[in-house]
Amino acid sequence: MGTLTSETPSVAADVAAATVPAQAVPAAEVSTVDLARSSTRELNSTLHAEPEGSTRAFRVTHPVGTHSLAVGLRGPLHVTIEGHVGYYCAGMNQQATVVVEGNAGVGVAENMMSGRVHVTGDASQSAGATAHGGLLVIDGNAAARCGISMKGVDIVVGGNAGHMSAFMAQAGRLVICGDAGEALGDSIYEARIYVKGTVASLGADCIAKPMREQHLAELAELLSAAGRDDDPAEFTRYGSARTLYHFHVDNASSY
Amino acid sequence: MCGIAGLHLRDDELRPRLGQLLGGMLCQAAERGTDAAGIGIYGDPSLNPAGRSTVCVVDGPATTDAAVAAAAAVTALLGRPVDQRVAGQTALFTAAAGSADLEAAVRAALPEAVLTSRGTALSVLKGTGHPDALASTFSLAEATGYQGVAHTRMATESAVTSTGSHPYSVGPDQCMVHNGSFANHATIRRELMADGITFDSENDTEVGARFVAAQLAAGADVEKALRLLCERFDGFYTLLVATENSFAVVRDAIACKPAVIAETDRWVAMASEYRYLTGLPGIESARIFEPEPEVVYAWER
Repeated sequence: MGTLTSETPSVAADVAAATVPAQAVPAAEVSTVDLARSSTRELNSTLHAEPEGSTRAFRVTHPVGTHSLAVGLRGPLHVTIEGHVGYYCAGMNQQATVVVEGNAGVGVAENMMSGRVHVTGDASQSAGATAHGGLLVIDGNAAARCGISMKGVDIVVGGNAGHMSAFMAQAGRLVICGDAGEALGDSIYEARIYVKGTVASLGADCIAKPMREQHLAELAELLSAAGRDDDPAEFTRYGSARTLYHFHVDNASSY
Repeated sequence: MCGIAGLHLRDDELRPRLGQLLGGMLCQAAERGTDAAGIGIYGDPSLNPAGRSTVCVVDGPATTDAAVAAAAAVTALLGRPVDQRVAGQTALFTAAAGSADLEAAVRAALPEAVLTSRGTALSVLKGTGHPDALASTFSLAEATGYQGVAHTRMATESAVTSTGSHPYSVGPDQCMVHNGSFANHATIRRELMADGITFDSENDTEVGARFVAAQLAAGADVEKALRLLCERFDGFYTLLVATENSFAVVRDAIACKPAVIAETDRWVAMASEYRYLTGLPGIESARIFEPEPEVVYAWER
Protein backbone atom coordinates (compact mmCIF):
# COMPACT_ATOMS: atom_id res chain seq x y z
CA MET A 1 0.00 0.00 0.00
CA GLY A 2 1.36 3.44 -0.93
CA THR A 3 1.76 6.29 1.49
CA LEU A 4 -0.52 9.30 1.34
CA THR A 5 2.05 11.48 -0.37
CA SER A 6 3.50 9.10 -2.94
CA GLU A 7 1.90 9.86 -6.27
CA THR A 8 3.66 7.20 -8.27
CA PRO A 9 4.04 3.97 -6.36
CA SER A 10 5.45 1.00 -8.18
CA VAL A 11 2.65 0.42 -10.67
CA ALA A 12 3.98 -2.90 -11.88
CA ALA A 13 4.24 -4.31 -8.38
CA ASP A 14 0.75 -3.10 -7.45
CA VAL A 15 -0.90 -4.54 -10.49
CA ALA A 16 1.00 -7.81 -10.28
CA ALA A 17 -0.18 -8.27 -6.71
CA ALA A 18 -3.73 -7.36 -7.58
CA THR A 19 -4.28 -9.38 -10.66
CA VAL A 20 -3.30 -12.96 -10.20
CA PRO A 21 -5.59 -14.53 -12.80
CA ALA A 22 -8.07 -17.11 -11.61
CA GLN A 23 -6.66 -20.57 -12.26
CA ALA A 24 -8.85 -22.96 -14.17
CA VAL A 25 -9.90 -25.61 -11.69
CA PRO A 26 -11.19 -29.00 -12.84
CA ALA A 27 -14.90 -29.37 -12.08
CA ALA A 28 -14.36 -32.38 -9.88
CA GLU A 29 -12.34 -30.31 -7.43
CA VAL A 30 -15.03 -27.67 -6.97
CA SER A 31 -16.95 -28.02 -3.71
CA THR A 32 -20.51 -26.77 -3.76
CA VAL A 33 -22.27 -25.11 -0.83
CA ASP A 34 -26.02 -24.75 -1.35
CA LEU A 35 -27.43 -21.88 0.71
CA ALA A 36 -30.89 -23.35 0.34
CA ARG A 37 -29.60 -25.98 2.79
CA SER A 38 -26.66 -24.33 4.58
CA SER A 39 -26.59 -21.15 6.65
CA THR A 40 -24.36 -18.15 6.05
CA ARG A 41 -22.37 -19.11 9.13
CA GLU A 42 -21.88 -22.65 7.88
CA LEU A 43 -20.60 -21.33 4.55
CA ASN A 44 -18.19 -18.89 6.14
CA SER A 45 -16.98 -21.45 8.72
CA THR A 46 -16.31 -23.92 5.92
CA LEU A 47 -14.28 -21.35 4.04
CA HIS A 48 -12.40 -20.27 7.15
CA ALA A 49 -11.56 -23.90 8.01
CA GLU A 50 -9.47 -24.37 4.88
CA PRO A 51 -5.78 -24.89 5.71
CA GLU A 52 -3.36 -22.04 5.14
CA GLY A 53 -2.43 -21.68 1.50
CA SER A 54 -5.37 -23.74 0.22
CA THR A 55 -6.39 -22.84 -3.31
CA ARG A 56 -9.56 -24.92 -3.18
CA ALA A 57 -12.48 -23.81 -5.32
CA PHE A 58 -16.02 -23.41 -4.01
CA ARG A 59 -19.28 -22.81 -5.80
CA VAL A 60 -22.06 -21.25 -3.73
CA THR A 61 -25.61 -21.75 -4.98
CA HIS A 62 -28.96 -20.11 -4.07
CA PRO A 63 -27.57 -16.96 -2.40
CA VAL A 64 -30.92 -15.10 -2.91
CA GLY A 65 -29.51 -11.79 -1.71
CA THR A 66 -28.16 -13.10 1.60
CA HIS A 67 -25.85 -10.77 3.53
CA SER A 68 -22.24 -11.34 4.60
CA LEU A 69 -21.32 -14.17 2.24
CA ALA A 70 -17.66 -15.20 1.90
CA VAL A 71 -16.42 -12.61 4.39
CA GLY A 72 -13.12 -12.59 6.20
CA LEU A 73 -11.34 -15.00 3.87
CA ARG A 74 -7.59 -15.16 4.50
CA GLY A 75 -6.17 -17.50 1.88
CA PRO A 76 -6.05 -17.91 -1.92
CA LEU A 77 -9.41 -19.68 -2.24
CA HIS A 78 -11.61 -19.35 -5.33
CA VAL A 79 -15.24 -18.75 -4.43
CA THR A 80 -17.91 -18.34 -7.09
CA ILE A 81 -21.37 -17.27 -5.96
CA GLU A 82 -24.11 -18.16 -8.39
CA GLY A 83 -26.61 -15.29 -8.13
CA HIS A 84 -27.29 -11.98 -6.40
CA VAL A 85 -25.78 -11.32 -2.97
CA GLY A 86 -26.75 -8.99 -0.12
CA TYR A 87 -24.67 -6.66 2.01
CA TYR A 88 -20.93 -6.85 2.73
CA CYS A 89 -20.12 -9.77 0.44
CA ALA A 90 -16.39 -10.62 0.46
CA GLY A 91 -15.71 -8.03 3.14
CA MET A 92 -12.22 -7.91 4.65
CA ASN A 93 -10.98 -10.24 1.92
CA GLN A 94 -7.33 -11.27 1.92
CA GLN A 95 -5.85 -13.18 -1.03
CA ALA A 96 -9.06 -14.95 -2.06
CA THR A 97 -10.79 -14.61 -5.43
CA VAL A 98 -14.54 -14.12 -5.04
CA VAL A 99 -16.79 -13.96 -8.10
CA VAL A 100 -20.41 -12.87 -7.78
CA GLU A 101 -22.42 -13.98 -10.80
CA GLY A 102 -25.09 -11.33 -10.33
CA ASN A 103 -25.60 -8.09 -8.40
CA ALA A 104 -24.07 -7.23 -5.05
CA GLY A 105 -25.69 -5.32 -2.19
CA VAL A 106 -24.25 -2.56 -0.02
CA GLY A 107 -20.52 -2.64 0.78
CA VAL A 108 -19.20 -5.41 -1.45
CA ALA A 109 -15.48 -6.01 -0.72
CA GLU A 110 -15.54 -3.44 2.05
CA ASN A 111 -12.16 -3.20 3.74
CA MET A 112 -10.61 -5.69 1.33
CA MET A 113 -6.87 -6.08 1.98
CA SER A 114 -5.80 -8.13 -1.04
CA GLY A 115 -7.14 -10.63 -3.54
CA ARG A 116 -9.77 -10.12 -6.19
CA VAL A 117 -13.54 -9.60 -6.06
CA HIS A 118 -15.49 -9.63 -9.32
CA VAL A 119 -19.18 -8.69 -9.59
CA THR A 120 -20.62 -9.52 -13.00
CA GLY A 121 -23.74 -7.38 -12.47
CA ASP A 122 -24.29 -4.11 -10.60
CA ALA A 123 -23.04 -3.20 -7.15
CA SER A 124 -25.01 -1.21 -4.58
CA GLN A 125 -23.61 1.70 -2.64
CA SER A 126 -20.23 1.84 -0.86
CA ALA A 127 -18.56 -0.82 -2.99
CA GLY A 128 -14.95 -1.26 -1.90
CA ALA A 129 -15.40 1.10 1.05
CA THR A 130 -12.19 1.67 3.06
CA ALA A 131 -10.44 -1.16 1.19
CA HIS A 132 -6.67 -1.26 1.50
CA GLY A 133 -5.64 -3.48 -1.40
CA GLY A 134 -6.60 -6.01 -4.02
CA LEU A 135 -8.75 -5.53 -7.09
CA LEU A 136 -12.52 -5.04 -7.18
CA VAL A 137 -14.08 -5.41 -10.63
CA ILE A 138 -17.72 -4.46 -11.21
CA ASP A 139 -18.85 -5.22 -14.76
CA GLY A 140 -22.09 -3.25 -14.42
CA ASN A 141 -22.87 -0.01 -12.59
CA ALA A 142 -21.80 0.93 -9.09
CA ALA A 143 -24.22 2.98 -6.98
CA ALA A 144 -23.36 5.88 -4.69
CA ARG A 145 -20.12 6.21 -2.73
CA CYS A 146 -18.13 3.65 -4.68
CA GLY A 147 -14.63 3.56 -3.18
CA ILE A 148 -15.52 5.80 -0.24
CA SER A 149 -12.39 6.26 1.91
CA MET A 150 -10.48 3.78 -0.24
CA LYS A 151 -7.00 3.25 1.15
CA GLY A 152 -5.13 1.41 -1.58
CA VAL A 153 -7.62 -0.81 -3.37
CA ASP A 154 -7.99 -0.76 -7.15
CA ILE A 155 -11.57 -0.61 -8.40
CA VAL A 156 -12.66 -0.97 -12.02
CA VAL A 157 -16.31 -0.18 -12.78
CA GLY A 158 -17.48 -1.21 -16.25
CA GLY A 159 -20.56 1.03 -16.20
CA ASN A 160 -21.43 4.19 -14.29
CA ALA A 161 -20.58 5.07 -10.69
CA GLY A 162 -23.02 6.97 -8.48
CA HIS A 163 -22.71 10.18 -6.53
CA MET A 164 -19.89 10.85 -4.06
CA SER A 165 -17.70 8.09 -5.40
CA ALA A 166 -14.12 8.12 -4.07
CA PHE A 167 -15.24 10.40 -1.23
CA MET A 168 -12.17 11.05 0.96
CA ALA A 169 -10.25 8.47 -1.06
CA GLN A 170 -6.74 8.20 0.31
CA ALA A 171 -4.87 5.78 -1.95
CA GLY A 172 -5.48 3.35 -4.78
CA ARG A 173 -7.07 3.74 -8.20
CA LEU A 174 -10.71 4.01 -9.21
CA VAL A 175 -11.49 3.41 -12.90
CA ILE A 176 -14.96 4.28 -14.20
CA CYS A 177 -15.61 3.18 -17.79
CA GLY A 178 -19.02 4.90 -17.91
CA ASP A 179 -20.12 8.16 -16.31
CA ALA A 180 -19.53 9.44 -12.79
CA GLY A 181 -22.27 11.00 -10.64
CA GLU A 182 -22.25 14.17 -8.58
CA ALA A 183 -19.36 15.21 -6.31
CA LEU A 184 -16.77 12.80 -7.65
CA GLY A 185 -13.68 12.60 -5.44
CA ASP A 186 -14.90 14.99 -2.79
CA SER A 187 -12.11 15.76 -0.28
CA ILE A 188 -9.84 13.28 -2.05
CA TYR A 189 -6.28 12.69 -0.86
CA GLU A 190 -3.88 10.75 -3.09
CA ALA A 191 -6.05 8.20 -4.84
CA ARG A 192 -6.24 8.49 -8.64
CA ILE A 193 -9.49 8.39 -10.55
CA TYR A 194 -9.86 7.63 -14.26
CA VAL A 195 -13.21 8.31 -15.94
CA LYS A 196 -14.02 7.52 -19.57
CA GLY A 197 -17.44 9.16 -19.70
CA THR A 198 -18.83 12.33 -18.23
CA VAL A 199 -18.57 13.57 -14.65
CA ALA A 200 -21.78 15.15 -13.32
CA SER A 201 -19.74 17.32 -10.95
CA LEU A 202 -16.46 17.25 -9.09
CA GLY A 203 -16.38 17.32 -5.31
CA ALA A 204 -14.38 19.75 -3.20
CA ASP A 205 -10.67 19.79 -4.05
CA CYS A 206 -11.00 17.25 -6.89
CA ILE A 207 -9.69 18.38 -10.29
CA ALA A 208 -8.95 16.98 -13.74
CA LYS A 209 -5.28 16.30 -14.33
CA PRO A 210 -3.19 15.51 -17.41
CA MET A 211 -2.76 11.91 -18.51
CA ARG A 212 0.98 11.34 -18.55
CA GLU A 213 2.69 8.22 -19.87
CA GLN A 214 2.78 6.58 -16.47
CA HIS A 215 -0.97 7.11 -16.07
CA LEU A 216 -1.76 5.64 -19.47
CA ALA A 217 0.44 2.68 -18.57
CA GLU A 218 -1.13 2.01 -15.17
CA LEU A 219 -4.63 2.44 -16.58
CA ALA A 220 -3.85 -0.01 -19.37
CA GLU A 221 -2.72 -2.54 -16.77
CA LEU A 222 -5.80 -2.00 -14.63
CA LEU A 223 -8.17 -2.37 -17.59
CA SER A 224 -6.37 -5.48 -18.72
CA ALA A 225 -6.49 -6.91 -15.20
CA ALA A 226 -10.23 -6.32 -15.20
CA GLY A 227 -10.57 -8.11 -18.54
CA ARG A 228 -11.54 -4.97 -20.45
CA ASP A 229 -10.41 -3.60 -23.80
CA ASP A 230 -11.24 0.10 -23.35
CA ASP A 231 -8.72 2.53 -24.81
CA PRO A 232 -6.80 4.28 -21.99
CA ALA A 233 -6.44 7.38 -24.17
CA GLU A 234 -10.20 7.99 -23.90
CA PHE A 235 -10.05 8.47 -20.12
CA THR A 236 -9.48 11.59 -18.04
CA ARG A 237 -7.54 11.49 -14.81
CA TYR A 238 -8.88 13.20 -11.70
CA GLY A 239 -7.17 13.73 -8.38
CA SER A 240 -6.57 16.06 -5.50
CA ALA A 241 -5.79 19.74 -6.01
CA ARG A 242 -4.20 19.47 -2.54
CA THR A 243 -5.70 22.71 -1.32
CA LEU A 244 -7.76 21.16 1.48
CA TYR A 245 -5.40 19.05 3.46
CA HIS A 246 -2.35 21.27 3.64
CA PHE A 247 -2.54 23.86 6.37
CA HIS A 248 -2.94 27.36 4.98
CA VAL A 249 -1.59 30.17 7.12
CA ASP A 250 -4.51 32.44 6.23
CA ASN A 251 -6.75 30.06 8.18
CA ALA A 252 -4.69 30.30 11.37
CA SER A 253 -7.27 32.47 13.11
CA SER A 254 -9.86 29.70 12.74
CA TYR A 255 -8.00 27.41 15.14
CA MET B 1 -33.34 0.79 10.07
CA CYS B 2 -36.90 -0.15 8.97
CA GLY B 3 -37.78 -2.23 5.96
CA ILE B 4 -39.99 -1.24 3.05
CA ALA B 5 -41.65 -3.44 0.48
CA GLY B 6 -44.18 -2.63 -2.20
CA LEU B 7 -45.74 -4.43 -5.13
CA HIS B 8 -47.67 -2.86 -8.00
CA LEU B 9 -49.26 -5.44 -10.27
CA ARG B 10 -49.56 -4.96 -14.02
CA ASP B 11 -50.89 -8.44 -14.72
CA ASP B 12 -54.39 -8.92 -13.28
CA GLU B 13 -53.82 -12.67 -13.19
CA LEU B 14 -51.55 -12.09 -10.19
CA ARG B 15 -54.24 -10.28 -8.17
CA PRO B 16 -55.31 -13.36 -6.21
CA ARG B 17 -51.69 -13.79 -5.08
CA LEU B 18 -51.03 -10.19 -3.96
CA GLY B 19 -51.13 -10.98 -0.23
CA GLN B 20 -49.04 -14.10 -0.55
CA LEU B 21 -46.36 -12.27 -2.56
CA LEU B 22 -46.39 -9.20 -0.32
CA GLY B 23 -46.29 -11.46 2.75
CA GLY B 24 -43.10 -13.08 1.47
CA MET B 25 -41.58 -9.64 1.05
CA LEU B 26 -42.75 -8.44 4.49
CA CYS B 27 -41.34 -11.40 6.35
CA GLN B 28 -37.94 -10.95 4.68
CA ALA B 29 -38.16 -7.31 5.80
CA ALA B 30 -38.59 -8.35 9.44
CA GLU B 31 -34.81 -8.37 9.89
CA ARG B 32 -34.81 -4.59 9.42
CA GLY B 33 -37.27 -3.99 12.25
CA THR B 34 -39.35 -6.01 14.67
CA ASP B 35 -41.00 -3.23 16.67
CA ALA B 36 -44.07 -2.93 14.48
CA ALA B 37 -45.38 -3.56 11.01
CA GLY B 38 -48.17 -2.55 8.71
CA ILE B 39 -49.58 -3.10 5.26
CA GLY B 40 -51.64 -1.12 2.82
CA ILE B 41 -53.71 -3.26 0.43
CA TYR B 42 -55.38 -1.84 -2.66
CA GLY B 43 -58.31 -3.56 -4.33
CA ASP B 44 -59.15 -6.43 -1.99
CA PRO B 45 -62.96 -6.84 -2.10
CA SER B 46 -62.99 -8.44 1.36
CA LEU B 47 -61.44 -5.25 2.78
CA ASN B 48 -62.94 -2.73 0.36
CA PRO B 49 -66.22 -4.20 -0.93
CA ALA B 50 -67.52 -2.71 -4.17
CA GLY B 51 -69.86 0.21 -3.65
CA ARG B 52 -68.73 0.77 -0.08
CA SER B 53 -66.22 2.93 1.73
CA THR B 54 -63.81 1.51 4.29
CA VAL B 55 -62.37 3.24 7.35
CA CYS B 56 -59.59 1.54 9.35
CA VAL B 57 -58.67 2.48 12.92
CA VAL B 58 -56.13 1.53 15.57
CA ASP B 59 -56.51 2.16 19.31
CA GLY B 60 -60.19 1.34 18.79
CA PRO B 61 -62.20 -1.85 19.36
CA ALA B 62 -59.88 -4.83 19.81
CA THR B 63 -62.45 -7.61 20.11
CA THR B 64 -65.30 -8.64 17.87
CA ASP B 65 -67.83 -7.80 20.60
CA ALA B 66 -66.40 -4.31 20.97
CA ALA B 67 -66.33 -3.89 17.20
CA VAL B 68 -69.96 -4.97 16.88
CA ALA B 69 -70.94 -2.40 19.50
CA ALA B 70 -68.83 0.23 17.76
CA ALA B 71 -70.39 -0.60 14.36
CA ALA B 72 -73.85 -0.14 15.93
CA ALA B 73 -72.81 3.27 17.24
CA VAL B 74 -71.41 4.29 13.83
CA THR B 75 -74.59 2.98 12.12
CA ALA B 76 -76.72 5.18 14.38
CA LEU B 77 -74.67 8.26 13.52
CA LEU B 78 -74.38 7.51 9.80
CA GLY B 79 -77.98 6.42 9.30
CA ARG B 80 -76.82 3.45 7.18
CA PRO B 81 -75.77 -0.06 8.14
CA VAL B 82 -72.06 -0.38 9.00
CA ASP B 83 -70.12 -3.64 8.91
CA GLN B 84 -67.06 -4.32 11.02
CA ARG B 85 -64.04 -6.59 11.07
CA VAL B 86 -61.19 -6.89 13.56
CA ALA B 87 -57.71 -7.67 12.20
CA GLY B 88 -55.36 -7.75 15.17
CA GLN B 89 -54.89 -4.20 16.46
CA THR B 90 -56.76 -2.71 13.50
CA ALA B 91 -60.55 -2.54 13.18
CA LEU B 92 -62.31 -1.95 9.85
CA PHE B 93 -65.71 -0.39 9.23
CA THR B 94 -67.45 -0.40 5.87
CA ALA B 95 -70.66 1.22 4.69
CA ALA B 96 -72.40 2.14 1.45
CA ALA B 97 -71.63 5.79 2.05
CA GLY B 98 -69.03 8.36 1.08
CA SER B 99 -65.61 8.05 2.72
CA ALA B 100 -65.88 11.46 4.34
CA ASP B 101 -69.31 10.67 5.86
CA LEU B 102 -68.15 7.32 7.19
CA GLU B 103 -64.96 8.89 8.54
CA ALA B 104 -66.94 11.58 10.37
CA ALA B 105 -69.27 9.00 11.91
CA VAL B 106 -66.37 6.77 13.02
CA ARG B 107 -64.55 9.73 14.56
CA ALA B 108 -67.69 10.79 16.43
CA ALA B 109 -68.53 7.28 17.66
CA LEU B 110 -64.95 6.35 18.59
CA PRO B 111 -63.21 9.51 19.78
CA GLU B 112 -60.31 7.51 21.27
CA ALA B 113 -59.56 5.61 18.05
CA VAL B 114 -57.04 6.79 15.46
CA LEU B 115 -57.87 6.52 11.78
CA THR B 116 -55.31 4.63 9.70
CA SER B 117 -57.05 4.86 6.34
CA ARG B 118 -60.23 5.86 4.57
CA GLY B 119 -61.30 5.31 0.99
CA THR B 120 -62.82 2.95 -1.52
CA ALA B 121 -59.65 1.19 -2.71
CA LEU B 122 -57.26 1.07 0.26
CA SER B 123 -57.20 -0.54 3.69
CA VAL B 124 -54.28 -0.02 6.08
CA LEU B 125 -53.72 -2.64 8.74
CA LYS B 126 -50.98 -2.09 11.30
CA GLY B 127 -49.84 -2.69 14.83
CA THR B 128 -46.94 -3.30 17.18
CA GLY B 129 -45.16 -6.61 17.43
CA HIS B 130 -43.19 -8.96 15.23
CA PRO B 131 -44.05 -8.65 11.53
CA ASP B 132 -44.53 -12.41 11.12
CA ALA B 133 -47.14 -12.48 13.89
CA LEU B 134 -48.85 -9.35 12.56
CA ALA B 135 -49.02 -10.78 9.02
CA SER B 136 -51.07 -13.61 10.45
CA THR B 137 -53.45 -11.27 12.34
CA PHE B 138 -53.88 -9.32 9.07
CA SER B 139 -54.63 -12.61 7.20
CA LEU B 140 -52.15 -11.24 4.71
CA ALA B 141 -51.64 -14.54 2.90
CA GLU B 142 -55.28 -14.46 1.79
CA ALA B 143 -55.32 -10.82 0.69
CA THR B 144 -55.93 -10.04 -2.97
CA GLY B 145 -55.72 -6.84 -4.96
CA TYR B 146 -53.72 -4.83 -7.46
CA GLN B 147 -51.18 -3.06 -5.25
CA GLY B 148 -49.74 -3.31 -1.78
CA VAL B 149 -47.15 -1.72 0.47
CA ALA B 150 -45.59 -3.07 3.64
CA HIS B 151 -43.35 -1.75 6.37
CA THR B 152 -41.41 -3.19 9.28
CA ARG B 153 -40.36 -0.70 11.89
CA MET B 154 -37.33 -0.17 14.06
CA ALA B 155 -38.50 2.89 15.96
CA THR B 156 -36.20 5.90 16.17
CA GLU B 157 -38.18 9.15 16.03
CA SER B 158 -41.23 8.26 18.11
CA ALA B 159 -42.42 5.57 20.50
CA VAL B 160 -43.35 1.99 19.64
CA THR B 161 -47.12 2.39 19.43
CA SER B 162 -49.73 1.30 16.93
CA THR B 163 -50.19 4.93 15.89
CA GLY B 164 -46.43 5.22 15.29
CA SER B 165 -46.52 2.27 12.91
CA HIS B 166 -46.53 2.65 9.14
CA PRO B 167 -48.08 2.97 6.56
CA TYR B 168 -49.36 6.49 7.09
CA SER B 169 -52.55 7.11 5.20
CA VAL B 170 -53.88 10.61 5.78
CA GLY B 171 -55.77 11.27 2.56
CA PRO B 172 -58.31 9.13 0.72
CA ASP B 173 -56.67 6.02 -0.75
CA GLN B 174 -53.17 7.46 -0.20
CA CYS B 175 -50.42 5.90 1.83
CA MET B 176 -46.73 6.32 2.58
CA VAL B 177 -44.03 4.16 4.10
CA HIS B 178 -40.65 5.56 5.09
CA ASN B 179 -37.19 4.28 5.92
CA GLY B 180 -35.12 6.99 7.58
CA SER B 181 -35.84 10.06 9.64
CA PHE B 182 -36.85 13.61 8.80
CA ALA B 183 -34.69 16.21 10.56
CA ASN B 184 -36.98 19.25 10.27
CA HIS B 185 -40.32 17.55 10.80
CA ALA B 186 -41.18 19.58 13.89
CA THR B 187 -40.88 22.84 11.95
CA ILE B 188 -43.00 21.59 9.07
CA ARG B 189 -45.52 20.11 11.51
CA ARG B 190 -45.99 23.57 13.07
CA GLU B 191 -46.45 25.12 9.63
CA LEU B 192 -49.04 22.53 8.63
CA MET B 193 -50.83 22.91 11.97
CA ALA B 194 -50.93 26.67 11.41
CA ASP B 195 -52.74 25.85 8.14
CA GLY B 196 -55.35 23.94 10.14
CA ILE B 197 -54.06 20.41 9.55
CA THR B 198 -54.39 18.07 12.54
CA PHE B 199 -52.10 15.16 13.40
CA ASP B 200 -52.73 11.70 14.85
CA SER B 201 -49.23 10.94 16.15
CA GLU B 202 -45.85 12.37 17.11
CA ASN B 203 -44.25 10.47 14.23
CA ASP B 204 -42.02 12.24 11.71
CA THR B 205 -43.34 10.20 8.79
CA GLU B 206 -46.86 11.43 9.45
CA VAL B 207 -45.56 14.95 8.74
CA GLY B 208 -44.32 13.76 5.34
CA ALA B 209 -47.63 12.06 4.62
CA ARG B 210 -49.60 15.18 5.64
CA PHE B 211 -47.35 17.33 3.46
CA VAL B 212 -47.90 15.09 0.43
CA ALA B 213 -51.64 14.92 1.08
CA ALA B 214 -51.78 18.71 1.25
CA GLN B 215 -49.95 18.99 -2.09
CA LEU B 216 -52.24 16.41 -3.71
CA ALA B 217 -55.30 18.20 -2.34
CA ALA B 218 -53.95 21.43 -3.85
CA GLY B 219 -53.84 19.80 -7.26
CA ALA B 220 -50.29 18.48 -7.58
CA ASP B 221 -49.72 15.00 -8.97
CA VAL B 222 -47.67 12.50 -6.98
CA GLU B 223 -44.48 13.30 -8.86
CA LYS B 224 -44.77 17.02 -8.15
CA ALA B 225 -45.77 16.44 -4.52
CA LEU B 226 -42.65 14.35 -3.97
CA ARG B 227 -40.40 16.87 -5.71
CA LEU B 228 -41.78 19.52 -3.35
CA LEU B 229 -41.16 17.20 -0.41
CA CYS B 230 -37.49 16.85 -1.47
CA GLU B 231 -37.18 20.64 -1.48
CA ARG B 232 -38.78 21.12 1.92
CA PHE B 233 -37.65 18.16 4.02
CA ASP B 234 -34.18 17.57 5.43
CA GLY B 235 -33.02 14.22 6.64
CA PHE B 236 -32.72 10.68 5.44
CA TYR B 237 -35.50 9.03 3.58
CA THR B 238 -36.44 6.39 1.14
CA LEU B 239 -40.18 6.82 0.60
CA LEU B 240 -42.74 4.65 -1.11
CA VAL B 241 -45.97 6.50 -1.81
CA ALA B 242 -49.09 4.90 -3.22
CA THR B 243 -52.42 6.30 -4.33
CA GLU B 244 -55.41 4.61 -5.89
CA ASN B 245 -53.77 4.89 -9.32
CA SER B 246 -50.07 5.30 -8.69
CA PHE B 247 -46.99 3.86 -7.05
CA ALA B 248 -43.96 6.11 -6.52
CA VAL B 249 -40.48 5.99 -4.97
CA VAL B 250 -38.14 8.80 -3.97
CA ARG B 251 -34.89 9.05 -1.99
CA ASP B 252 -33.16 12.04 -0.37
CA ALA B 253 -30.12 13.73 -1.91
CA ILE B 254 -27.66 11.60 0.06
CA ALA B 255 -29.54 8.36 -0.60
CA CYS B 256 -27.93 6.36 2.18
CA LYS B 257 -31.12 4.47 3.02
CA PRO B 258 -31.27 1.47 0.75
CA ALA B 259 -33.72 0.96 -2.08
CA VAL B 260 -33.96 -1.43 -4.97
CA ILE B 261 -36.56 -1.50 -7.70
CA ALA B 262 -37.37 -4.47 -9.89
CA GLU B 263 -39.64 -4.34 -12.89
CA THR B 264 -41.12 -6.93 -15.22
CA ASP B 265 -44.06 -6.88 -17.66
CA ARG B 266 -46.20 -8.35 -14.85
CA TRP B 267 -45.26 -6.14 -11.89
CA VAL B 268 -43.17 -3.37 -10.39
CA ALA B 269 -41.68 -3.99 -6.96
CA MET B 270 -39.70 -1.84 -4.57
CA ALA B 271 -37.85 -3.03 -1.49
CA SER B 272 -35.18 -2.03 0.98
CA GLU B 273 -33.10 -5.05 -0.02
CA TYR B 274 -32.93 -7.33 -2.99
CA ARG B 275 -33.64 -10.44 -0.94
CA TYR B 276 -37.24 -9.32 -0.29
CA LEU B 277 -37.83 -9.70 -4.00
CA THR B 278 -36.51 -13.20 -4.45
CA GLY B 279 -39.92 -14.87 -4.17
CA LEU B 280 -41.55 -12.82 -6.93
CA PRO B 281 -42.45 -14.66 -10.13
CA GLY B 282 -39.98 -13.89 -12.91
CA ILE B 283 -37.47 -12.10 -10.65
CA GLU B 284 -34.65 -13.88 -12.50
CA SER B 285 -35.34 -11.84 -15.62
CA ALA B 286 -36.50 -8.60 -13.95
CA ARG B 287 -34.86 -5.26 -14.66
CA ILE B 288 -33.28 -4.42 -11.31
CA PHE B 289 -31.90 -1.00 -10.41
CA GLU B 290 -31.31 1.38 -7.54
CA PRO B 291 -33.24 4.66 -7.64
CA GLU B 292 -31.11 7.78 -8.04
CA PRO B 293 -31.19 10.44 -5.32
CA GLU B 294 -33.99 13.02 -5.58
CA VAL B 295 -35.42 11.43 -8.71
CA VAL B 296 -39.11 10.59 -8.47
CA TYR B 297 -39.98 7.20 -9.97
CA ALA B 298 -43.70 6.84 -10.54
CA TRP B 299 -45.88 4.22 -12.17
CA GLU B 300 -49.52 4.77 -13.08
CA ARG B 301 -52.27 2.27 -13.51
